[in-house]
Amino acid sequence: MASDDIWILGITMTKFGKHPDKDTIDLASQAVMGALADGEVTMGDMGVMAAGSLMGGLGVGQAVQKQVGQTGIPVYNVTNACATGATALRTVVMSIKAGEADMGLAVGVEKLAGAGLLAGGSRTADGGTWSPSGRYGAVAAVDGRIGTETMPGVFAQIGLEYGHRYGGTSFELFARISEKNHAHSTLNPFAAYQKAMTLEQIMGDVMIAYPNTRPMCSANCDGAAAAVLVSGAKLKTLSPTQQRRAVKVAASVLTTDPFEEACQILPNVNTLTRNAARTAYEQAGVGPEDLDLVELHDCFATAELVHYDNLMLCEEGGAADFFNSGAPWRHGSMPVNVSGGLQSKGHPIAATGIANVWEVATHLRGEAGDRQIPDAKVGLAHVIGLGSACGVHILERSAA
Amino acid sequence: MGEQIPHVDYLILGDEPHLAAHACTRCGARYFDRRNACAACSGTEFTSVDVSPVGEVRAFTIVSMAAPGIPVPFVAAVVDCDGTSVRGNLINVEPDPEHVATGMKVRLATYSLGLDEAGTEAVGFGFEPLS
Repeated sequence: MASDDIWILGITMTKFGKHPDKDTIDLASQAVMGALADGEVTMGDMGVMAAGSLMGGLGVGQAVQKQVGQTGIPVYNVTNACATGATALRTVVMSIKAGEADMGLAVGVEKLAGAGLLAGGSRTADGGTWSPSGRYGAVAAVDGRIGTETMPGVFAQIGLEYGHRYGGTSFELFARISEKNHAHSTLNPFAAYQKAMTLEQIMGDVMIAYPNTRPMCSANCDGAAAAVLVSGAKLKTLSPTQQRRAVKVAASVLTTDPFEEACQILPNVNTLTRNAARTAYEQAGVGPEDLDLVELHDCFATAELVHYDNLMLCEEGGAADFFNSGAPWRHGSMPVNVSGGLQSKGHPIAATGIANVWEVATHLRGEAGDRQIPDAKVGLAHVIGLGSACGVHILERSAA
Repeated sequence: MGEQIPHVDYLILGDEPHLAAHACTRCGARYFDRRNACAACSGTEFTSVDVSPVGEVRAFTIVSMAAPGIPVPFVAAVVDCDGTSVRGNLINVEPDPEHVATGMKVRLATYSLGLDEAGTEAVGFGFEPLS
């Protein structure tokens, strides 16, 4: 192991779902203590910490320290929409790469069970006299009157736009993607929902934003995930067990969306994902064909389809054919979201970008139990937060 | 008849209602919001350009769950108006997948958002099928 490599030493996620008896800090503390125990280290070994939570209030990192260990190390509290967890992870990666710490802790946490529809911008109150305000000089709310800012609707358009450009999509195709992820979740005890659903059940469920029905949308739930990262140089000084279970961070990339025509009309989630993937493959020295499994950001069934293409798991324009070939099923040639994905594992926003890394790392360690992808050596974890930010991490199994 | 006010400042009312965009004088990038600078080239000078009132639906969704006060279902769409992408609802069409499709030709149409206490009518826009 090269001294300047970065490794995951310990990583964990809480079960996703409803945790009415635990608050944000309980969940984050549980994940942090789990990651430390998994890496056989303590808070005293950590040189830096990054914490993410969109709904958890200010200073989540310090609040967690006050429960599990106040050692005086720097805390970076970060937010980047649904890419918050990946951003926390990458903050620790950068700190270790910069030589400011040889070990660090990243945590993401969210309490979201029972939350309703997540929309985009703010709304102007109606009533009184019409008076223009905001960047559009609007006299009434624009969301719902001039297009939609609701997440299911935004990502529905992203999927249908892909279908318009390349063909091959249909309501049924998108529902089949969801059928796959719900089927995968039956093997994952950490998933919020572990129920297989038939195509008929999925297509016949409550319509949220055509073509996304309720089970085709990410599940709001509670959860946390945390990771301990270590430099290659430090890892060499640790025990054989720690070295054997360590997982290499072969690439860690964060991008935003570059300007293109229409990108401020409908968010373009494609180019920044493609850019992140290309950079990550270069960093890791691997190609899509080398991946044994992928956890990608299926916040909606319509999103999963476009990311097959953006992550270059298929030919450009070939996402529908790729899915129809059976490739992304767990026994296919390119297993995607064997955890169940956001649609059934759940999406506690800031936890997601570390939980998907945990899923991949757990397979690379050969510790994924019933859902283990046999002999997994390399995997990719992807998240995207609207706004937009995209995080891609490529992980490799330890050679030790 | 009382006065009218557009829902948003880029909707130009009158005999031929249309949208007007801010076009960057350096690179031509178009925007509908108040600008600080150009996101494409960082230029700071803009000119107002009229946007074609006819276009083609490039993406849509039929929203069944929305904010309070928004009637559902409604069709949200992205319309390619001769090279300028516009966000808007599809109106005067049945909001179901049998009547809406990508590639359909549409044109800008206006409708009333209602009167305020002073009797001023707010006018909104959407896109309706061309034929």
